[in-house]
Amino acid sequence: MSDSFQTQTSAASTAVEDAPLVSVRGLEVAFRTQGGTVNAVRGVDFDIFPGETVAIVGESGSGKSTTATALINLLPGNGTIAAGSIMVDGKDITRFSQRQMAAIRGGVIGYVPQDPMSNLNPVWSVGFQVEEAVRANGLATHRKDVKARAIEVLKQAGLGDAERRMQQFPHQFSGGMRQRVLIGIGLAADPKLLIADEPTSALDVTVQKTILDHLETLTREKNTAVLFITHDLGLAAERASKLIVMHRGRIVEAGASVDILTNPQHPYTQTLIAAAPSLASRRIRGMAAPGAPVLDVAALAAEHNPDHERELQEAPVTIDVKDLTKVFAIRRGSFRSEPLTAVDKISFQVRKGSTLALVGESGSGKTTAARMVLGLEPPTDGDIFVGGVNLNGLSSRGLFDLRRRMQPVFQDPYSSLDPQRSIGAAIAEPMKVHGIGDREARSARVRELLDQVSLPQSIAERYPNELSGGQRQRVAIARALALKPEVVVLDEAVSALDVLVQAQVLQLLADLQDELGLTYLFITHDLAVVRVVADEVAVMEAGRIVETGTSDQIFENAQQPYTQRLLDAIPGSGIDWGN
Amino acid sequence: MSERPMTHYVAPVGDGGPVEVDKVSLGSRRSNLWLDAWRDLRRRPLFYIALAIVAVILVASFWPSLFTSVPPNNDCMLANSNGAPEAGHPLGFTRQGCDVYSRIVWGARTSMSVGVLVVIITGAIGIPMGALAGYYGGRLDSILSRIGDVFFSVPYFLAAIVVMSVFSQYRNVVTISFAIGGFAWASLARIVRAEVLRLKGLEYVTASTALGRSKLSTLVQHVLPNSLTPVIVFLTIALGAAIVAEASLSFLGIGLGSSTMSWGNDISQAQQTIKTSPMALFWPSLALTVTVLAFIMLGELVRDALDPKARARR
Repeated sequence: MSDSFQTQTSAASTAVEDAPLVSVRGLEVAFRTQGGTVNAVRGVDFDIFPGETVAIVGESGSGKSTTATALINLLPGNGTIAAGSIMVDGKDITRFSQRQMAAIRGGVIGYVPQDPMSNLNPVWSVGFQVEEAVRANGLATHRKDVKARAIEVLKQAGLGDAERRMQQFPHQFSGGMRQRVLIGIGLAADPKLLIADEPTSALDVTVQKTILDHLETLTREKNTAVLFITHDLGLAAERASKLIVMHRGRIVEAGASVDILTNPQHPYTQTLIAAAPSLASRRIRGMAAPGAPVLDVAALAAEHNPDHERELQEAPVTIDVKDLTKVFAIRRGSFRSEPLTAVDKISFQVRKGSTLALVGESGSGKTTAARMVLGLEPPTDGDIFVGGVNLNGLSSRGLFDLRRRMQPVFQDPYSSLDPQRSIGAAIAEPMKVHGIGDREARSARVRELLDQVSLPQSIAERYPNELSGGQRQRVAIARALALKPEVVVLDEAVSALDVLVQAQVLQLLADLQDELGLTYLFITHDLAVVRVVADEVAVMEAGRIVETGTSDQIFENAQQPYTQRLLDAIPGSGIDWGN
Repeated sequence: MSERPMTHYVAPVGDGGPVEVDKVSLGSRRSNLWLDAWRDLRRRPLFYIALAIVAVILVASFWPSLFTSVPPNNDCMLANSNGAPEAGHPLGFTRQGCDVYSRIVWGARTSMSVGVLVVIITGAIGIPMGALAGYYGGRLDSILSRIGDVFFSVPYFLAAIVVMSVFSQYRNVVTISFAIGGFAWASLARIVRAEVLRLKGLEYVTASTALGRSKLSTLVQHVLPNSLTPVIVFLTIALGAAIVAEASLSFLGIGLGSSTMSWGNDISQAQQTIKTSPMALFWPSLALTVTVLAFIMLGELVRDALDPKARARR
């Protein structure tokens, strides 16, 4: 870490005559593992001033979360602060005893954890858990006072009917409401700093927006400093005045959000900003400059080609869905069941060689629709034509033949490959099942497919546990392409990937579409990604398609208020990104 | 906050050049579940000890004459009844005047046969029952699981006693193995069912269906191989437990016929003279304990080796 940064920062702070609330110097965190010691954080310096909002941005493994947990000394058992100091209010907390640390947590530094689903104890009522926090922070001691304070905390966190909600249990709350409870607990003792570790990454964008708006209001009122930990550059820039970009345990760039976004200096930051889909304004196409070292989604997307669009308008329809409906029977008790309409009379068409994005929040029915198109779930009503063949009433032989022309790629790279099959066997499996080629022909095709997804041929004999998430997803794409299908159904296929890897996979998908004339049905919750991959968009809400149109129509001129709300909620959409 | 000027810090570009995204860097060694487990086992001294014991017992059960030249039954002389160890007879004599060491060596075959047969029977019933119930669910699950519950509710040892009493004229290795294995499979079926339930929701199982495999073929090709870890552990320990069960039944006099050489029979007979010659009881009991311990240790070690989290904890 350079000395100039420190001296400049301290010079800046004396000019405004206030001392930093938190001052981290030379922080190093080491983890003991089987393979030896791993340094997750390697020499990190930064300051947080009272009332300031700072965001640490980075990919997984960058050390951002480790830095945050070091601040409240909640590192996992095998992690230790190896070097450096963390000054909070002028005292070095790395030397604190457990007891001293407990006094700091909650009272001086509040913490909002990442996963609202697992961070509330399911066997205690929500009220009990908030009261516990109130008592632990010494905010009140008498039973009545504690309860009154707990209700106040929940009200502040934006739960209107807090009195009634106190007796309820976490499973009766939605994800957004649970996150509000956790924010309430984090802010209960009016801490000077609130650490929010990916506070909304498990939530839908519209919920995320309301919660972050609310958090912003609360912390501004109380002049609480906030440290966001996030992988989402758009969210960081929108919510924080200062950005810290971390990469492999080090800070690569830090400064005012606007400065960094408009004028990134470090190559890593430049790559990161170029790859962020929320920045792109147009659909990306295949055929990037071969061997281009830096993926620039924005630049690629800018190559707008009206001819291509006209071509697509005239292409034959490959997927034709008419009045598709799915009703599930939800069991209530042993004998009664209630119908639940997951997909409600949706119709859409996808033309050959184009991409339709089916967008919606959780519970909108988009994944159920995809499963029906793939023939994995029988529809209750309606027709699905793929390449002119109706899935309805298709014999199992007919469905088997249709599967050659339509293949899926799923979301979770860690469960989409059988851990006991080598990569080569996984890619060859579809050919084996459909009896295509002999052993030699299949292994030749596997090598060809690995080339197509830019993976070395040598990995064919390796196993999935040796690959990263992005690489596994490329293997899953290769497997989907093995039978030379016409249609690929991508169910949240890039949602679990880090932004750079995501950009790489999106580019790969665009290249393959151009090269092989593939038709994509792209299921996603992430509108920012839709912008760069889709020709046409269908927005789903509660089982219905509420709006369809070309990508440009939807993004520039959305008609429905729901679509508009979704668009406004994309993190970073409110920012003038400059250029 | 706008009044506080912020410095724009840029780290010196270390290695220069653009950032490489998601480069494939494969280690020189291959790695998968079984290879990693094997590497872990190879570093554990206990594994070698357990393996050595099992190997010795296996060899003894196939070629007992490699270990002893004394025939276990023919040379018994009542003159030697409960005799002390002497040259050529290191562990002394039984009440019938037979060589204790020789009888232990020849008895290994019975114990191992029962152990292996019980494992085969348990696996052959338990794995398909659990796998089909978990994978197909619904009514089939209800039926198969209820059948399993019935067997689960009867203590298998008690059931084996009843079966052996009913078939008292067929007291041989096969009968006793069916008596034990025929009731022990229900626990295995539960384990397999739980594992299959977990696995069938994973995306590679859905992907396998979507690429055209039938449901049954997906079960056999993808689900079953991945559910083997707890099965292997269960069956290794079950092998030890089956040997104990055989010995216990023989001890009670309802196991193998008294003409069959078995550790349980020897223990049963030696208990009558426990006061005068305790060693005739001690040696077959020791053989039994060491064997069972070796299998249970092996099971535990394999369980740890196949669980990456348990490996990391060490």
